[in-house]
Amino acid sequence: MKNHQYDVVVVGAGGAGLMAALYASKTANIAVLSKLYPTRSHTGTAQGGVGAALANDEEDHWEWHAFDTVKGSDYLGDQDAIDFMCEEAIAAVYELEHYGLPFSRTAEGKIAQRPFGGHTNNITKKPVRRACYAADRTGHMILQTLYQQCLKNHVNFFDEFQVVDLLVNNGTVAGVVATEIGTGEMHVFHTKAVIIATGGHGRIWDVTSNAYAYTGDGIAVAMRRGVPMEDMEFFQFHPTGIYKLGILITEGVRGEGGVLINSEGERFMERYAPTVKDLASRDVTSRAMYLEMKEGRSINGKGYLYLDVRPEVVNKYAALDGRKNLDGTPYVVTGEQILAKLPDIVDFARTYLGVDPVTQPMPVQPTAHYTMGGIPTNRFGEVVIDEKNTVMPGLYSAGECACVSVHGANRLGTNSLLDIIVFGKYAGLRAAEYALGSAYQPLPADPADYARAQFDAIRNAKGSENIITVAKEMKVVMMDKVGMFRTGEGMAEALQKVRELRQRYKEIQLTDQGKIFNTDLFNIWELGNMLELAEMITIAAHARTESRGAHARDDYPKRDDANWLKHSLAWVRENGQIDLGYKPVVILKHQPKERVY
Amino acid sequence: MEATVKIFRFNPETDQKPHFETYTMPVESTDRVLDLLEYIKGNFDGTLSFRRSCAHGICGSDAMRINGRNYLACKALVKDVGLKIKVEPVLGLKVIKDLIVDMDPFFEHFRSVMPYFVNDEPPPAKERLQTIEERERFDDTTKCILCACCTTSCPSFWANQEYLGPAAMVNAHRFIFDSRDRAAAERLRILNDQFGVFRCHTIFNCTIACPREIEITQAIGELKNAISTGALE
Repeated sequence: MKNHQYDVVVVGAGGAGLMAALYASKTANIAVLSKLYPTRSHTGTAQGGVGAALANDEEDHWEWHAFDTVKGSDYLGDQDAIDFMCEEAIAAVYELEHYGLPFSRTAEGKIAQRPFGGHTNNITKKPVRRACYAADRTGHMILQTLYQQCLKNHVNFFDEFQVVDLLVNNGTVAGVVATEIGTGEMHVFHTKAVIIATGGHGRIWDVTSNAYAYTGDGIAVAMRRGVPMEDMEFFQFHPTGIYKLGILITEGVRGEGGVLINSEGERFMERYAPTVKDLASRDVTSRAMYLEMKEGRSINGKGYLYLDVRPEVVNKYAALDGRKNLDGTPYVVTGEQILAKLPDIVDFARTYLGVDPVTQPMPVQPTAHYTMGGIPTNRFGEVVIDEKNTVMPGLYSAGECACVSVHGANRLGTNSLLDIIVFGKYAGLRAAEYALGSAYQPLPADPADYARAQFDAIRNAKGSENIITVAKEMKVVMMDKVGMFRTGEGMAEALQKVRELRQRYKEIQLTDQGKIFNTDLFNIWELGNMLELAEMITIAAHARTESRGAHARDDYPKRDDANWLKHSLAWVRENGQIDLGYKPVVILKHQPKERVY
Repeated sequence: MEATVKIFRFNPETDQKPHFETYTMPVESTDRVLDLLEYIKGNFDGTLSFRRSCAHGICGSDAMRINGRNYLACKALVKDVGLKIKVEPVLGLKVIKDLIVDMDPFFEHFRSVMPYFVNDEPPPAKERLQTIEERERFDDTTKCILCACCTTSCPSFWANQEYLGPAAMVNAHRFIFDSRDRAAAERLRILNDQFGVFRCHTIFNCTIACPREIEITQAIGELKNAISTGALE
């Protein structure tokens, strides 16, 4: 076992972790621990853009952005945090540009912006160009730029270190335990502040846009140490995943004029969202697609619809919508322009579908995409652990694993990249400030005992269960019963199934008993994290007897503000029982009203 | 359909030297080689070790040598590589276990070329302006995902691992030709070293191997030209 000491430890090296690291390292001695090389993080796969009301092309205001975010959240987002994020967005995007981020440019040389789902001019209600983009690889550019700046600033990285436990002394953070994947050796990091920035857990569902790494490790580690999780029932399905594979096709495709088409050749979103049509928010669009397919209008009777961005189709609907360029001329695109604005999408479609999107429509289906819930924080990244928002000293969180909450029941596209840069920054600043003003907590006599016990249990398990069978059964039941449409009955079945799987999990036979790069061992541990989260998600979802944002119930089809305008909190008790509690939503200017797009 | 997958195996804890194992499995033409590796790990041998994350060609984790050339396993489909598939670790970096190599020397070369934006002039209140043409000038090299497919396909790198290699050059190019950056001269000095750009013998393996289709040999050519002429064009 090796021991280390740092003022601040950042867990996870995606956009939120790197932004936190960049800021914390300005004043404090810090380390970044990541199970992947930082540039492998899932931030890199984000495509379409980062939202900020720069108004580079047309009138826009951060207050409009805030209202759109509140509405997108189905009024479950906390309005103080949303205002903060949308106002900070503008400076944060300029800051990324000053770090060298190669944004695409307007004719005037400014940062280019494109329309995106749910982002509107609040007066005309029409889509507004708010997503600041770098072609269709904005996340890649953010991740690379932040990593580059961290290198420039000599941040200490521990690459391929899996954090497996959080150490707490008297309710205050004392450190983390990590395993060096390459050697199997355990390391104890004695620290005053920990920033958890480990991303989401979309691998729980069968069809997903999420990376293999997205197994909810940071959330699982924190909840085992008594930290409650907020709004776990809310998980986003993105409308356009590549059929069967789930690989993301950015909403930017529809921002550039692409449309969704059913088997009758109809642009069906007109019926579901008469004003913004294909640029409705993701929950609305995904549900519309599901209903179209349920009513027999999928393509060739299979589980997909078409996303069509062929120039003739884009131009036809743009003309019908009366879409104009900024100079007032009609909006017309060519195949070359589509290729230039969406090069990676064209590449994905060619590689994985054998389809050229400039000449053929793309088969798409909704895909598990984004964790709205997670570790409860305030807008400065401080983790809050009860109904009264009591701060846990030394613990911070930012990015997809955190729940501020700015996304509420449904996140708007472009707000995830915004979330990581704004709250990553503040978590880093606050953690460093706290660490420099406080003392190290004592470590327990054997800091790694709990982590070691978890891995010993996996190593010593005897049985005939197979990891991929147990994982597949979890993914299928969560997709069917705790996916885009839910019922009380279905979720009760899912809960029973997940509990059965948690028992069978203990009988998974580990094949690799080695120390060096034992991915077999870590895969089983990660599956354990997902099963625990699946149980919590299902319990929180079953309890919420309403439909709101991404949580849509056939047996309770309406939003119920009288009873459910509140955040859920879920605790895992020491005996494994999961208890629920609730806390109020922060409502300032925008009183809940019906959502129409 | 059935595929035969022959995989390089080496477990440092039990093996004196590497060997190959062959597995046979049902496949579809659209399966990724990564899917086949996952199938083998799940059904035949849990000790098979490889890196992967995003599984669609963006994170850069799963560079490997498939039928004698470098690919990302998640971007090589059965229909592209055929039903007899040989999978080996990339060349030129030390094998740690099975398909996993030591990436540290690769990242060390990357770090040595100042792969970060440098401009100490006080920034404007808003964005630094850049024309569409200026932005286009270095667009191609911004696509690099640091997977190492290029560097580990380069005979000059195989011959001498002190050579910076194509990936480091690509990342130097990304900043040298960015109109906003101010450290081009310093980077060009680094690249003008005996282990720098002039070890590139325009073999084009890197360009062929790049899963992001970056015109790497051309980018290196532009760097050579900039060093020779002192001009950034």
